[in-house]
Amino acid sequence: MPGISTASLPDIVFMLLFFFMVSTTMREVTVNVLQRLPSATEVRKLERKSLVSYIYIGTPRSAFQSLYGTEPRIQLNDQFATTEDIFAFIASEREARDESEIPFMTTSLKVDNEARMGIVDDVKRALRRANALKINYSTYTVEDIFD
Amino acid sequence: MARITPEIPSASLADIAFMLLIFFLVATTMDVDSGLSRTLPPMPEDEEQEDDSQIRERNIFTVRVDALDRLLVEGDLEDLRNLRDRAKEFIANPNDEPHLPDKEIEDIEYFGEIPVSRQVISLQNARGTSYGMYIKVQNELTAAYNELRDELAMDQFGRIFDRLDTDQQAAVRKVFPMRISEAEPRQVGGN
Repeated sequence: MPGISTASLPDIVFMLLFFFMVSTTMREVTVNVLQRLPSATEVRKLERKSLVSYIYIGTPRSAFQSLYGTEPRIQLNDQFATTEDIFAFIASEREARDESEIPFMTTSLKVDNEARMGIVDDVKRALRRANALKINYSTYTVEDIFD
Repeated sequence: MARITPEIPSASLADIAFMLLIFFLVATTMDVDSGLSRTLPPMPEDEEQEDDSQIRERNIFTVRVDALDRLLVEGDLEDLRNLRDRAKEFIANPNDEPHLPDKEIEDIEYFGEIPVSRQVISLQNARGTSYGMYIKVQNELTAAYNELRDELAMDQFGRIFDRLDTDQQAAVRKVFPMRISEAEPRQVGGN
């Protein structure tokens, strides 16, 4: 009995490779906080990902808990930060973009379900002070939030 | 006679492709970023508190979430499931009730002269409110606006709001502008 021909194996693998190259984006930061995003039904997709800056809020992962505690913390880029750092973060994000695109920049808030609004309100106030007014509360998409 | 060059062995091609594939599987993410979009109000120049008092009481729909995640709508405890319908009734004020917002006749493209309600939804939360509950409330309020816009778009154009072209969407938005005002958090029911 002849073996199955493997001549087409590279083609199949290349096809898979191209699929993943096209449909995914590079991971840019390692998220050091635990995140269970809330769910919502009325979501809109974020357009133009290159103009989106991310602020992560959540309980630090267990490896960081001895240093940063178990209360929800803010993460900007790869580091833990405080609300005072947000102004500089927004400024550096703007620096990296073309000037004409600054009005279209959005800040995506990736906040854990269990976090309290106190920290979110502080972040929102810092964003208003930095004049970064377009925000997006990152959520999962579901059909019904009462399930 | 041309020299016969030996062919490059292609047996390892599959392995190389696999390696690349695994690299892309590990180094990339697939998550589409989606969520509820909002525009924050600009910071007032001279640090003064925003004042809602010029707006008449009947035009404000107060939604509060306290530190224990209880929902208070216009001062009464309310179930989250009823919030959407109450918000819709408030925004549209279909029967021109005197305790719901008054309307102003405006001239809007596609609709002509149409009464537009002067509604404002005031959303207040405590510092201890959980983010999950806050998003649920935001979601229900957004849903109220979206459903009203869909209904209006259906009546006028026979299509849902998302299927309209940009001008038509702008006109529908003018009839039901999303006005969710978020005051600085107050101490509602402790922290």
